[in-house]
Amino acid sequence: MSEQQPFEPKIVAYVCNWCTYLGADLAGTNRLEYPANVRIIRLPCTGRIDFNLIIKAFEMGADAVLVSGCHPGDCHYTAGNFHARRRWILFRQLLETMGIDTRRVHFSWISAAEGKKFQQFVTEITETARALGPYQAYREICQAE
Amino acid sequence: MSRIGIFICWCGENIARNVDVERAAAEVADLPGVVCSVAYKYMCSDPGQSLMRQKIVSERLTGVVVASCSPHMHLRTFRKAAAMAGLNPYLVEMANIREHCSWVHHDRQQATTKAVELIRMSVAKVRANAALQPISIPITRRALVIGGGVAGIQAALDIADSGREVVLVEREPSIGGKMAGLSETFPTLDCSQCILTPRMVDVGQHPNIRLYTYSEVEGVEGYVGNFKVTVRKKARYVDMDACTGCGQCWNACPSKKNLSEFDYQMGNRTAIYVPFPQAVPARPVIDRDACLHFLKGKCGICAKKCAANAVKFDDQDEVITEEVGAIVVATGFKLYSIDRDQASSKLAGYGEYGYGQYPDVVDALQFERIVSASGPTGGEIRRPSDGQQPKSVVFISCVGSRDNAKGISYCSKICCMYTAKHTMLYKHKVHDGQAHVFYMDIRSGGKNYDEFVRRAIEQDGAHYHRGRVSKITQENGKLIVRGVDTLVGEPLTIEADLVVLASAMQPAGGATELAQKLNVGYDEFGFLSESHPKLRPVETNAAGVFVCGACQGPKDIPESVAQASAAAGKVLVMFSNEQLSREPEVARINETNCAACFACVRACPYNAIERAEVRDRKGQLVKRTARVNPGLCMGCGTCVAICPSKSADLEGFTEQQVYAMVESLV
Amino acid sequence: MDIGYYPGCALHGSSNDYGSSVRACLNALGARLCELDDWICCGATAAHSLNHMLALALPSRNLAIAERQGYEELLAPCPMCSMELLKARCALTASSDLREKVSEIVELEVQGKTRVLNLIQILQKIGLDAIKQRAVRTLKEFRPACYYGCLLTRPADTVQFDDCEQPSSMETILCALGAEPVQWNYKTECCGAGMTMADGPTTLELSHKILSNAVAHGANCMVVACPMCHVNLDMKQADIDREYDCRHDLAVYYLSDLVGLALGLDEKSLGIDRHFVVKR
Repeated sequence: MSEQQPFEPKIVAYVCNWCTYLGADLAGTNRLEYPANVRIIRLPCTGRIDFNLIIKAFEMGADAVLVSGCHPGDCHYTAGNFHARRRWILFRQLLETMGIDTRRVHFSWISAAEGKKFQQFVTEITETARALGPYQAYREICQAE
Repeated sequence: MSRIGIFICWCGENIARNVDVERAAAEVADLPGVVCSVAYKYMCSDPGQSLMRQKIVSERLTGVVVASCSPHMHLRTFRKAAAMAGLNPYLVEMANIREHCSWVHHDRQQATTKAVELIRMSVAKVRANAALQPISIPITRRALVIGGGVAGIQAALDIADSGREVVLVEREPSIGGKMAGLSETFPTLDCSQCILTPRMVDVGQHPNIRLYTYSEVEGVEGYVGNFKVTVRKKARYVDMDACTGCGQCWNACPSKKNLSEFDYQMGNRTAIYVPFPQAVPARPVIDRDACLHFLKGKCGICAKKCAANAVKFDDQDEVITEEVGAIVVATGFKLYSIDRDQASSKLAGYGEYGYGQYPDVVDALQFERIVSASGPTGGEIRRPSDGQQPKSVVFISCVGSRDNAKGISYCSKICCMYTAKHTMLYKHKVHDGQAHVFYMDIRSGGKNYDEFVRRAIEQDGAHYHRGRVSKITQENGKLIVRGVDTLVGEPLTIEADLVVLASAMQPAGGATELAQKLNVGYDEFGFLSESHPKLRPVETNAAGVFVCGACQGPKDIPESVAQASAAAGKVLVMFSNEQLSREPEVARINETNCAACFACVRACPYNAIERAEVRDRKGQLVKRTARVNPGLCMGCGTCVAICPSKSADLEGFTEQQVYAMVESLV
Repeated sequence: MDIGYYPGCALHGSSNDYGSSVRACLNALGARLCELDDWICCGATAAHSLNHMLALALPSRNLAIAERQGYEELLAPCPMCSMELLKARCALTASSDLREKVSEIVELEVQGKTRVLNLIQILQKIGLDAIKQRAVRTLKEFRPACYYGCLLTRPADTVQFDDCEQPSSMETILCALGAEPVQWNYKTECCGAGMTMADGPTTLELSHKILSNAVAHGANCMVVACPMCHVNLDMKQADIDREYDCRHDLAVYYLSDLVGLALGLDEKSLGIDRHFVVKR
């Protein structure tokens, strides 16, 4: 790696099909530029997101993970995002207990109309991740075995 | 071993400008399982699709990844194309390299790298894809409509007119609902019965409508397209077929002083009665609790008078089973009662208005009967206590509604309009009388609605006071109404002869119990929940069950009718096919692994998961398990995330597929 | 029965007739009132308009004293006092942060455990049967208009006592002792309360309406359970008569007065002789 090249974080985004995925589509339609670090994985609903996927993403070398779905009350499936939120509250504590750097995990509501919010959010997360540097600590734990 | 084809779209310059499509095609060609990787200018065009079809056949592809625009744009297109070439459509995945890549990243190097990774993810996913078959469910093309008010009548007629059979169940002895008791309707002041009763007759005579009045839905089994409904026909003690509705019986009945439900306890009826003259069916019913035959064992005058021998004192309740494919719920509303005794302590009554103890404090539906030409006063406005004509009437809006202290935070929506109507009807009959209205806001959105309220104020001289009433007391036969006019900024006392309360609309009694039978959700107030507030306003989360009218939320007649027709329309769309076809991307349970904790059953927003039993050939119980009804599952996947034993999975987004995508990111 | 007793400023001062009445009546019923040591002002109307924390801390200190002295129940015959104590109690039980903070301010550990009762609740607790048993005379010549005023039942969520708009607990007690309370319309209206100092005429008008309505519905006396109401309806009655050129001539009793009379106590020990309107 050349010394000049800045660190490019790897970011995995788990998003719901009906709000955030369409929000990202809208960012595209409006040509709202954002850093190219994010990889979106489309799921039907945030309710579908097993939070083990967050751990899995870190295991696969992600430096930050983003989970985003419909705003409360807007869920395509009525209540999936509430399930996700409830799980997230518990899971966040679990992550902290496990010693995972929760500054690298982001949870958000982005609607299909919020292309701009998607752009800003992804930009922000990328910058935060860049500032935090590679998630070396996790990788070391993984390799410790 | 998979044989995957990758088709990368230029989208003209849209993708090709920022993504080096040829380089990307070359880089992904070596991914495991990939047998061909091509780029083309417009994949969605005819030649593009035909290129894909050719490759599917010539390369014997077992999976396809199209790297182009958003799947929301063209996934359906490409899946259809694949199906035409003989490939199961669910073996096609897309990589979104336009909206999520070329349009938002201007650095060609970075965009190309990202595009390659997105394609790699999709290849990883498609490798784990399974061929899925659309789910088809046979449907019984008959509908059940619950509730025979204006909404239920409209829905039943619309469905029946299209040639489908309808079972209409009404709890009261006649259909007609609340609307049958109204005097005149806003904003046109046309007579409510004049417009409704012909529709009621249509229902009664319709060859496609089977009408059960004085009946209630007792149980519902089955699922969309295949419901089995049990209806309890309450004993009417009158043979419906023999009776001619001549009226000899109720004219002769000696038990005359029974409070009339139809007149909201302001008038009397006999023990054998029709609730109102235009009732459909025009057949009487005997009120056991008032009938001298049942109370004292003698009388039977009605039976003697009946030339048709239709009175049957030994009549019994009858339970009937009906098979239907769709259900429309139109159970309507009731008014909040200000009484001290309430269903829940949250709804604490109105001590400041006397808890319903003053006979001249009536609610809006009672006032409708007082004004109605067919009402207990024959249309003359006279107050209940002493029959005097009230010279001063106070109307209070938002009684219960928008009052958090009473646990009802919502607006009942119709009260502003009917209160304006009441002041007009009153003024038209009592020329020297004065109507006063205490209001919080005037909400008169709707065609010709605000003009109507202005007319009440400007032409018919109703005095509108913006403020609340703090207390009603009784003094020398007058009701002393003390309130405040906040626009004047002063307390206000009015000596009234009659007070009319615009009480909050609440779901009709028994609505929540019915909702539980139907697996339909309801809110904290008991209003039934629609599936989506904007896009699925008459559907519910129970597939095949639809809602219309005031059971779903406060609404007026035009809205109830519109919603009823919408519900009927949805039923007919469903009935337009012999089979119900559904997307196969639904959940399934690995029944071998399922630990039967049923966390999924509780989490499922569609009640699509049931507690099932696995039995061996001898019928011995092997184990309990959760089981998905694919006819009901909408594919949200909440069960997958919640399942502690990882037995639930979602077709199209299986754990294997999703993990493969993440793993491909190395 | 020992009951913690918080007289508040009124029962020690301007309304010491109420103080005598409560003490005499409850003693006759076998309840011993144990006045809190070193109690302070409840804050009344002044504190909460100045400083929220002050308004919580003042009654909280009294609750703290009651707790330290081991009273599970505390009688506050003045509705203003009992309401302020209850408000503080609600706030304290709802928040541990607040408990800590207030304990620090009042320099006493306070949990907000002590239940606060008004006069009617104490009588209810003693029980109608017990009161009737000790009664030596009937109150049948009394046709009282029972007046609850603004604070006995309000704010409903805080005091959780009787029906906020249509209370009837005083009637129940008096009926049991033979009195014939009248049905009337101003049970929970405002008498003008403390406004009597700032805006005399308004208070006179409000109290005049209350007295007039009681008379119009056939009352021959009034019964209150609040020192402030008593001031406006009894002490000020002469002013009302003068202002409105009338003669109400309506004796105003405390609830404990009438119960005391039924128990055979004399007017002097109940402090009735210190009232302004004296029954002919």
